[in-house]
Amino acid sequence: MKKEMTYMDQVHRWGTVWNLSMMAILLAFPIAVALIFKAFPDMNGLWKGLLATAPMYWAVGVIETVTYIPMLGAGGSYLSFVTGNISNLKLPCALNALEQAKVKANSEEGEVVSTIAIAVSSIVTTLIIILGVILITPLTPVLESPVLTPAFDQMIPALFGGLGVVFVSRNWKLAIAPVTLMLILFIAVPALNAGTVGIMVPVSVVFTLIVSRIMYKKNLL
Amino acid sequence: MEFSVNHPILFVLVAIIVAAVLGQSIFFLIKAWKRGVAIGMDKKKLRSIAATAGIFTVAPAVAIVISVIALSKKLGVALPWLRLSVVGSLSYEAIAAENTSLAMGLTGSATPNASQFVTIALVMTLSIMVGIWLVPAICKKLQGGMGKLEQRDKKWADVFQSAMFIGMIAAFVGFVFCDVSDAFSGNFKGLIPVCVMVVSALVMAICGLLAGKFKKIHWIADYALPVSLIVGMASAIPFTAWLS
Repeated sequence: MKKEMTYMDQVHRWGTVWNLSMMAILLAFPIAVALIFKAFPDMNGLWKGLLATAPMYWAVGVIETVTYIPMLGAGGSYLSFVTGNISNLKLPCALNALEQAKVKANSEEGEVVSTIAIAVSSIVTTLIIILGVILITPLTPVLESPVLTPAFDQMIPALFGGLGVVFVSRNWKLAIAPVTLMLILFIAVPALNAGTVGIMVPVSVVFTLIVSRIMYKKNLL
Repeated sequence: MEFSVNHPILFVLVAIIVAAVLGQSIFFLIKAWKRGVAIGMDKKKLRSIAATAGIFTVAPAVAIVISVIALSKKLGVALPWLRLSVVGSLSYEAIAAENTSLAMGLTGSATPNASQFVTIALVMTLSIMVGIWLVPAICKKLQGGMGKLEQRDKKWADVFQSAMFIGMIAAFVGFVFCDVSDAFSGNFKGLIPVCVMVVSALVMAICGLLAGKFKKIHWIADYALPVSLIVGMASAIPFTAWLS
């Protein structure tokens, strides 16, 4: 008799179907534009553009994928790696939902909760971008006004202030070493800034895991 | 057919792809919702989680619209709409577009022709695709590894999960302080993100205390993060005026 698929098996199966289909659809866009307008890519520009962009983003992409999957859960991962804005939107959203539901990320309830939060967040983001595109002419002067610009420039500090206080206060012993290291590195190394924070996330996660393992073994947690 | 970066056909193509993205999100939402109900999770709680996620998303999503506007000046509206509805972010897309434009000699505010547009779109798409195919390749194995870890030592599995979250948050806390040392040379702009983070943390802490004290008004706890985000962002306006 054929074994019935578990919920997680279904998530992996459908996630694979959706992501590979999305990959094909995304690649179809430039190909369709090329065919419709009978305009073929500038091979020299393509090669040089890829060489200047792809190696770094492929490396970062591999590290980010390995780092974020255990935090996002299965359903959340399949969705987040299609819809993007993971560290500044999807992951904080999932973390807040887990906190709100008081469930653990590695439980089935956690998987359900983070998938719901990330799916709703993706839908709302997509709809707001659609609205923004439709209303781009009247919205541009408002959103680029000198009064509002500082507020949107400071979204990340506002986000991680609220999120940080919850998680750091609850895991303060775990947080001391990584927060100290990251503060020292970001203050002392000028190259570390908004453009490189994404690369520092996996570094910080690995460092925290090593420190927490040592503390766990020594019964310090 | 004459090409323009804002040609209606481009919008039609992007709308089809964005509809597929919406379809995937709705599909996973329904699947997870049904599973939550099947394992006995409270529907009211699930609704509240969905509502909080939706409200929390508004401000960051508006920030993404600002990124679309920023990129649209050179690339038209359709391509930034696509790129920022899937995978991308302003910093990545801007770098990919800039690198490719420079390679083709397209400088300043000149808009690309059809061939240059296709080239830019290809570089943007190919360079950031890793996550989309890598998740199906490794997600099940990684999740399986996490499951085995939990079976072996449940306490360590919980610490492991918390450590991952803390590691991610620590990197962003460090980033908030990246320009504070400029204050020693008389430039106080670097203190703005620190002040904003402190305000947001205080609002979150106050919400937590209120939620603990007045258990009946549980919405305070549910909406604490969106509230702290909005108040923190709003506080950036006076802080910027003061410290710039």
